[in-house]
Amino acid sequence: MSFVPHTPEEIRTMLERIGAGDVGDLFEDVPQSLRSNAKLDLPPALGEQELLSYIESQASRNVPASSVASFLGAGAYHHFIPAAVDSLASRGEFSTAYTPYQAEISQGTLQAIFEFQSMVCQLTGLEVANASLYDGASAVAETALMAMRATRRSRICASAGLHPRYLDVLRTYTRGLGAEIEILPLGDDGRTRPVEPAGDAAALLIQSPNFFGCVERTRGFAEAAHGAGALLAGVVSEPLSLALLRPPGEQGADIACGEVQSFGLPLSFGGPYAGFMATRQELVRQLPGRLIGQTRDADGRRGFVMTLTAREQHIRRQRATSNICTNQGLCALRVAIYLALVGRQGLRRLARDCFSLARYARQRLASAGLRLPYAAPVFNEFVVEVPDLDDRLERCAERGIRPGVPLRDFDPARADQLLVCVTEMNPRAQIDALVEALAA
Amino acid sequence: MSEKSYDFPENCRYTDSDEWVRLEDGLALMGITDYAQSELSDVVYVEQPEVGAQLEAGQNFGVVESVKAVGDLVAPLAGEVVRINTELEDSPELVNEEPYGRGWLIALQPEDEEAVESLMTAEEYLRHVEARSGA
Amino acid sequence: MTQARSGLVFEEPLLFERSRPGRRGLSLATPEVPQADPADELEEDLLRDDVEGLPELSELDVVRHFTRLSQWNYGIDLGLFPLGSCTMKYNPRANERVAALPGLAQLHPLAPDADAQGVLALAAELEDALAAISGLDRVTLQPAAGAQGELVGMMMIQAHHRARGEPQRERVLIPDTAHGTNPASAALNGMEVVEVPSGPDGLLHPEALEPHLDERLSALMLTNPNTLGLFERHVEELSRRVHEAGGLVYLDGANLNALMGVARPGDMGVDVMHFNLHKTFSTPHGGGGPGSGPVAVREALAAHLPIPVIRRDGDALALDEDRPQSIGRVHAFLGNAGIWLRALAYVRALGAEGLAEVTRCAVLNANYLQASLSDVYARPHRQRVMHEVVFSDERQQPNGVTTADIAKRLMDYGYHPPTVYFPLVLSGALMVEPTETESLESLDEFVAAMRAIAGEAAESPETVTGAPTTPILRRLDEVGAARKPKLRWTPEG
Repeated sequence: MSFVPHTPEEIRTMLERIGAGDVGDLFEDVPQSLRSNAKLDLPPALGEQELLSYIESQASRNVPASSVASFLGAGAYHHFIPAAVDSLASRGEFSTAYTPYQAEISQGTLQAIFEFQSMVCQLTGLEVANASLYDGASAVAETALMAMRATRRSRICASAGLHPRYLDVLRTYTRGLGAEIEILPLGDDGRTRPVEPAGDAAALLIQSPNFFGCVERTRGFAEAAHGAGALLAGVVSEPLSLALLRPPGEQGADIACGEVQSFGLPLSFGGPYAGFMATRQELVRQLPGRLIGQTRDADGRRGFVMTLTAREQHIRRQRATSNICTNQGLCALRVAIYLALVGRQGLRRLARDCFSLARYARQRLASAGLRLPYAAPVFNEFVVEVPDLDDRLERCAERGIRPGVPLRDFDPARADQLLVCVTEMNPRAQIDALVEALAA
Repeated sequence: MSEKSYDFPENCRYTDSDEWVRLEDGLALMGITDYAQSELSDVVYVEQPEVGAQLEAGQNFGVVESVKAVGDLVAPLAGEVVRINTELEDSPELVNEEPYGRGWLIALQPEDEEAVESLMTAEEYLRHVEARSGA
Repeated sequence: MTQARSGLVFEEPLLFERSRPGRRGLSLATPEVPQADPADELEEDLLRDDVEGLPELSELDVVRHFTRLSQWNYGIDLGLFPLGSCTMKYNPRANERVAALPGLAQLHPLAPDADAQGVLALAAELEDALAAISGLDRVTLQPAAGAQGELVGMMMIQAHHRARGEPQRERVLIPDTAHGTNPASAALNGMEVVEVPSGPDGLLHPEALEPHLDERLSALMLTNPNTLGLFERHVEELSRRVHEAGGLVYLDGANLNALMGVARPGDMGVDVMHFNLHKTFSTPHGGGGPGSGPVAVREALAAHLPIPVIRRDGDALALDEDRPQSIGRVHAFLGNAGIWLRALAYVRALGAEGLAEVTRCAVLNANYLQASLSDVYARPHRQRVMHEVVFSDERQQPNGVTTADIAKRLMDYGYHPPTVYFPLVLSGALMVEPTETESLESLDEFVAAMRAIAGEAAESPETVTGAPTTPILRRLDEVGAARKPKLRWTPEG
């Protein structure tokens, strides 16, 4: 395939204007010594039909969530995506636009992101939100960095219930800056144990529902954090829970951050997703990432622009609040479309459906004799102990069931534990089949 | 190329990082110069130190932000911050409108008043600005 | 000459202002299990009873809302998008179909390796292709954007020096023409940034490095071609000196569109580089992301690649996390898979000759604009350009017309403006990158618009300084927006 429109005749015309004999002459600044190896060793070009059929043949070797009974969650959730999300977000005016630096011809993107920011505030109970970050993991890392800037401290206290991948990314991002990370252990009920005020902490990070599905009492950490001069951050990997659960902003959190993939973004093997981050008004200048603000045009009409950009890398360079130079614009747009379609009542209803389905699954698994180790309440994810796990996984595979994420992949001590996630994509029949396959 | 003319009052001393200092009742009042505010354009935010902060000469103690740029604030003298201009919180444009008046930034209790004498005079600073923008 | 015309464009309020209490959008399925009450299990104070403010709309309300919003945007699908350093080329539709295939779009990132063999094979294929294009050995697809790629590169360089017992090597040399992300990425990793000046010819000269070639040198961070659109002719000598002093060379791959099939970064002495798949490899910019910023390295740095890496295990592929010298993870999963899959589709569609043709025509187009506009817009450098050309407003300034005005006036002619006021080393810079997918007539129309604006700047400057008048809004008050930030809708308005 080729997307280059030039005819040989046109190339001649252009070279004439330029005053060059042939296209090769245009590269005269590139030393000959570099040009000898330039021929690329790549497979031959494909026509569109061949290309699609080749990639389809590879894609068909995968087993997507849509083709099995999938109970995989753990930070990536299989939810229904309304048709209008795909149709609207694939409009070229949105997808082939650039970052909205030129506000007059970018009002569509700008208003949609302003709406996204507003809805993140509504969901998290906080006052300002940014235009999105790469994913939930980098949002957590950026939260830690923000807290370190705001408090001029370098110790981060993270709950053991924080998604282990988020914790990994947090470690990677803060290593170069010499941060010290302390893990707050979980109690027997699956919730983070209460902590004493920590004298030199920059932030306490509490995820709820936590990685093991347990809903935390985030407000119980506010006093400890604030008493010590630290910021409290509420982390969310399943944002649908925010339709039922009291949000971080109403539990004393200074920052809320996490992942919004659940809202209209396909699983897509882990990305592109979108991280979110919200905070209180007085911390807005410490907030990393892009911000869209409301203003007026020369005729007094309402419009939107990128604002507070002096925090950002293109102006402040090495002293920027972050090196981030984009948001996940199209993902944030999808989230805005999704939330608008599902709406205020629909989102609560959907969250309650997921809660009900998960509760049904928990009750059935428990009656089948499987142990659910944690007593703390959950939303739509929970841990179940499955003796003889390898045998059960095999049985599930034969029956087209992916029963959950084996937690031994994250912690060898959790040898027989599965993290099971239930959404509206798992009808009762799938749950019944899951219980039967996992039972002894 | 610049044909702009700037106001550099004689009763102030100047730094090469474009701050001015003026001694008033034993305190060193400081702000950014007319040239600095003009280069930054519309100031939208001023980050100030806390009252009571001890500054070393040459220490960064805050920033001035416009939509397009950000300027560091560098302490011209050592001393303790005894007052900050709180009016700038709501009206950062004062830095543009009256850089030597209501747009002042902080007042220092200087460790050594004499140190002011080592800073540039208005005439020296004018030459310094001309040398930079004429380059 | 095409000129933008005003069509039927609609006013459209915010979602929240369209909302009507009780209106429903999506119809939800009814679960076949008993409705459970969260209050039976959760403490009262952990529950909320409403998400105040979320909109209530019908599906048609939502469709009209976002369709109207889309019409206020400019995109490549509408016209030439000459945004320098951003490589706004055509985004092939086949890429979109690839990313939407259920076997890819519906695949869970924690699916067992056995369920993901197809996507891992495609990932490995893209890694190999990027290695070939860069002339380097190993690739990670994990970074979600160019800036995250830079951060990963800096972390790997830091890990390399530390592993060799030289932890004091923390100083990164960055030319004054560099993108702002370069120093920000180095600083975010706790490294010391030293800006090195480019010469009057716009190029970095080996002598500029001399004062810094010591035991603290970590890396030189270079963009080639640089942001003035010029090939760094001394790159081999620059690399030689950096290597002799014990440092490494990092390449910001933003401008790779000028190099494919012409010269490989690895042959220039580059040790680490990132790619911007949303620039060179045709994935859509999406109004500011998602992008994808893979990183390629020499074998000597491979131990430090982020985990997981794709490993061959007999006939199968597996994700390997057991790599003690790795810098760790920068993304929860394998990066923006939906984006790198589009890039793979592009590479497979074009092949070696197609990519070389991309570079030849990108450079041809930029030189054509240079030749067609240099008599009306000032240009400080006389070399040929590579994929982009930088002008300035020097000739328009005396009439009170600035780069910002020219940019806004271009909108009235139906164009997105070039990159403005960057690179910082050139006052009033206008950085134009046409890309290879623009045809001769498309370039000629743009040239006509630029020349018309230069004429207006001389004869009726107020036409230019009062622009734009065609878009739905006129110039926006950025100062007011920053002084009193309003970052969300509230019922009070």
